Amino acid sequence: MATPNAIEGFIAKISGPLVIAKGMAGACMFDVVRVGNAGLVGEIIELKDDTASVQVYEETSGLKPGEPVVSTGEPLSVELGPGLIEEFFDGIQRPLESIERTAESPYILRGISVPAVSRTKKWEFVPAIGAGVKVAPGDILGSVQETVLVDHKIMVPHGLSGTVKLVRQGEFTVEETVAVITDEKGNDHDVTLLQRWPVRKPRPVVKRLPPEIPLTTGQRVVDTFFPIARGGTACVPGPFGSGKTVIQHQLAKWADAEIVVYIGCGERGNEMTDVLLEFPELEDPRSGQPLMKRTLLIANTSNMPVAAREASIYTGITIAEYFRDMGYSVALMADSTSRWAEALREMSGRLEEMPGEEGYPAYLGTRLASFYERAGRAICCGCDGREGAVSVIGAVSPPGGDLSEPVTQNTLRVTKVFWGLDAQLAYQRHFPAINWLSSYSLYAHTMGEYWDAIYDGEWSGYRTEAMSLLEDEDKLKEIVRLVGIDALSKEERMVLETSKSIREDFLHQNSFHEIDTYASMDKQFKMLRNILTFHHLGMQVLSRGGMLHSVIDHPIREEIARMRYTEENELDKLDALETAIKTELGKLSAAGGGIDDVA
Amino acid sequence: MMLPKEYRTISNLSGPLMMVEKIEDVSYDELAEIRLASGERRRGRVLEIAEGKALVQVYEGSTGIDVNTTQIRFLGDVLKLPVSKDMLGRIFNGRGDPVDGGAPIIPDAYLDVNGNPMNPYSRDYPSEFIQTGISTIDGMNPLVRGQKLPIFSGSGMPHNQIAAQIARQANVLSGHANFAVVFAAMGITFEEASFFMEDFRKTGALERTVMFVNLADDPAIERISTPRLALTAAEYLAFEKDMHVLVILTDLTNYCEALREISAARKEVPGRRGYPGYLYTDLATMYERAGRLRGKNGSITQLPILTMPEDDKTHPIPDLTGYITEGQIILARGLHRKGIYPPVDVMPSLSRLKDKGIGKGKTREDHADLMNQLFAAYSRGKEAKELAVILGEGALSEEDKAFAKFADLFEDRYVRQGEYENRTVEETLLLGWELLTVVPTKELKRVRDEYIEKYLKPLLEVHKNETLETEEA
Repeated sequence: MATPNAIEGFIAKISGPLVIAKGMAGACMFDVVRVGNAGLVGEIIELKDDTASVQVYEETSGLKPGEPVVSTGEPLSVELGPGLIEEFFDGIQRPLESIERTAESPYILRGISVPAVSRTKKWEFVPAIGAGVKVAPGDILGSVQETVLVDHKIMVPHGLSGTVKLVRQGEFTVEETVAVITDEKGNDHDVTLLQRWPVRKPRPVVKRLPPEIPLTTGQRVVDTFFPIARGGTACVPGPFGSGKTVIQHQLAKWADAEIVVYIGCGERGNEMTDVLLEFPELEDPRSGQPLMKRTLLIANTSNMPVAAREASIYTGITIAEYFRDMGYSVALMADSTSRWAEALREMSGRLEEMPGEEGYPAYLGTRLASFYERAGRAICCGCDGREGAVSVIGAVSPPGGDLSEPVTQNTLRVTKVFWGLDAQLAYQRHFPAINWLSSYSLYAHTMGEYWDAIYDGEWSGYRTEAMSLLEDEDKLKEIVRLVGIDALSKEERMVLETSKSIREDFLHQNSFHEIDTYASMDKQFKMLRNILTFHHLGMQVLSRGGMLHSVIDHPIREEIARMRYTEENELDKLDALETAIKTELGKLSAAGGGIDDVA
Repeated sequence: MMLPKEYRTISNLSGPLMMVEKIEDVSYDELAEIRLASGERRRGRVLEIAEGKALVQVYEGSTGIDVNTTQIRFLGDVLKLPVSKDMLGRIFNGRGDPVDGGAPIIPDAYLDVNGNPMNPYSRDYPSEFIQTGISTIDGMNPLVRGQKLPIFSGSGMPHNQIAAQIARQANVLSGHANFAVVFAAMGITFEEASFFMEDFRKTGALERTVMFVNLADDPAIERISTPRLALTAAEYLAFEKDMHVLVILTDLTNYCEALREISAARKEVPGRRGYPGYLYTDLATMYERAGRLRGKNGSITQLPILTMPEDDKTHPIPDLTGYITEGQIILARGLHRKGIYPPVDVMPSLSRLKDKGIGKGKTREDHADLMNQLFAAYSRGKEAKELAVILGEGALSEEDKAFAKFADLFEDRYVRQGEYENRTVEETLLLGWELLTVVPTKELKRVRDEYIEKYLKPLLEVHKNETLETEEA
């Protein structure tokens, strides 16, 4: 890839993933370089006179001082074009399957160079416009049906506008010319299916919009209690074993996004394998197609070179932005941003920079913020004014579960949704272990308006009531702990019972149960409505002098507990249950009233 | 072949590190041989290299090295371990040399001890249930082949006994297997090491075992290479010789201490509690070597043991380990004091790979539901017991009393078992249902009705008849 006038220096010092190269005058910051005789991929992260500090994305053992360092004169970029979906990349966008084939080994060997998207595969390109049309960056030239779920739009690359001289229809590889555009100066430019974009530079949009539409996830505690919007940002911090990865997987599976980018950043190899094996088997509840048809995976597991971990987050978000530009709603999951921050810390330490809090570099906060700011809903470039969104959900792994550490704190400053995972809940096997008292969503109000419009204005009310019941439960439990349950009035006992029901029958969701794993918004709404209807009518019975036990031991509560196993196509059963609750408690109420009369 | 050049240009010594100057043609991570004036030979590794200068870490420590007479030559290669199937039954030190008095092995290959990262695409998801014969593991936190499941222990707790019991009893349900144990001791005492050796010898496991032993009085610096040698041997046995290898690493805490020592000698910026910032990455390069590969029959299952300083789970060593490994088995001092063996605290213990390893066709259809129910019931029982401590037994509802009783029975009958008691998974499951008979059936929300009908009802019938009989009597 080296250009004829490439800058060639030599290795002066090696320390782990950091190589100091001399003779690099003329090279630019963040240029990609090839290091040593093996041609390892690296990136310049510091320049001093003719000395460059290079972070190397591969294992450096065996390198010697004096070996060449060649600059490619180009910043770290990703390839964008058909062939991305269903693919499984490493942190610098090398497909792991090709690595296996090239290396002929189940291990990742060094110095392997493989293209990100296949150069030989032919794609059926269907033009959307004809010759003579004036185009600007972002305008859609045509499209390629990449998978059954993804219609890959081929857009006019940035920095190019003019008149279409020629468009071709047919089967092309990603490097063949599909269109020719004549710019204002009269020069012709070939357009292929493939484009490149530097990962550290956000892709431009026309206008950013506030997030107003919910991103439903099928997870009750998320959608009903702490919703996330399309184009929103969320963070999931929690100690190990609290289910961060399971939540990330659940969201990747069931979120109603059109494209899912899943980044396994410094995490376990087996988890990525799990996704890779499971997603093609799972069916998208909306389209009925395998989930893998809309997913792409990026894996830099914890034992892979640390510098590439730093790059993997950027690789992922750039690809996400590219699909957003086509007008899609993209969801990006990053598990875990703490490992990314640790990679920053390690490189910073080797550069001998002045450490900030806990050894992290002082620029940690800025880097995190600029990453999360790349999320959002926006009007994309192009004449049709299409709308796209990138939602980012980042897991954070705070050491010892202590949320006061720098990565969590800096993340909380920029994300709008906080799903705080609780080790205590995880121990009780209450999953998702999202703590309902400490978590929050700043989108709750906007999303409330959205759902109220659909559910006759009832949605927000139910949500607020359920949350305040849980709040009350917390206080009442304190009293019980001090003076015992007998000190409570029967109304307060009822509050305890209902909140227990909200916790166990609504918030708890078994991600490994074939039906319970996903709940549509209709199902969520009806479940919560039934629980609260029972509560209201129960309270009514009590107020008329009914016995507490006649309410809380009522057999219909077993049916409430089993609502979660109602299949999506049988949701009218939940309406029938509501009617049954009304009838049954109506009877009790009447009887209760009767007792009152006698008394 | 030209002999490598010998240098007498050692300029600086600090802890296990030394600076060698005026060197040529030396590569990063290369192995070096150091010859002392006394004729003693030691080995080292290049940690950092700049033009004409190399920072070398001496494996056996720097005692006795001087700047004038000591010679060093660079061997042109990274640290490699000679491997062969004959390693089974042998004992090696932390440098990979045999210490059992036997002859050196005739190697099939020399392998880089650092290995290469497994391609996640080439991995196969671990899903084969391993029966350890211990209820708290099999029933509550099942282990599968290719998993890395550490034991978080504390000083004075029987983690070694548990590890030995697992090594002794581990078996897959599909029957016969080509099984081997690779054991790496890092900085443990002679007594602990000989406990394992004795136990393996007694049960005949020794001939299927490769041991790498770095005792507490061996050079601390060798502790860095000990687990890597062991894992290299394990990779060879698993993926070249199709064996199912159980790797026991003990004690990771000593390993991390050694790592901190070197980091401090290098004057690196420390992370939490003085441990280097790359502790996570370093541990991951070891733990992630567990697993299965597509198209290979063998597997590596890791059972690292670590003693938590002050039983503190948030200490960096257990904390970072927990973020990498696929779950953890935590031992509780409270249970140990009550005399319960194995003192496994099931609540914070976890096996992340359990879901694919259990269920119909693997163990039994009801396993997952029963497991969740036992967790929930035990948790509720413990809560009730705490309440009873404050308010007295009388303040508990009938249900809470039943759950409190369940919690006691659970610890006494389910958790407790003999060191040589090997329970089959059916026995463990039956015991679980048996214990659930003491709590009201309508409270069992985590199990499907059909399983209650099939597994719990018959037991309830038996109990009812027994009660009737006793009443009649």
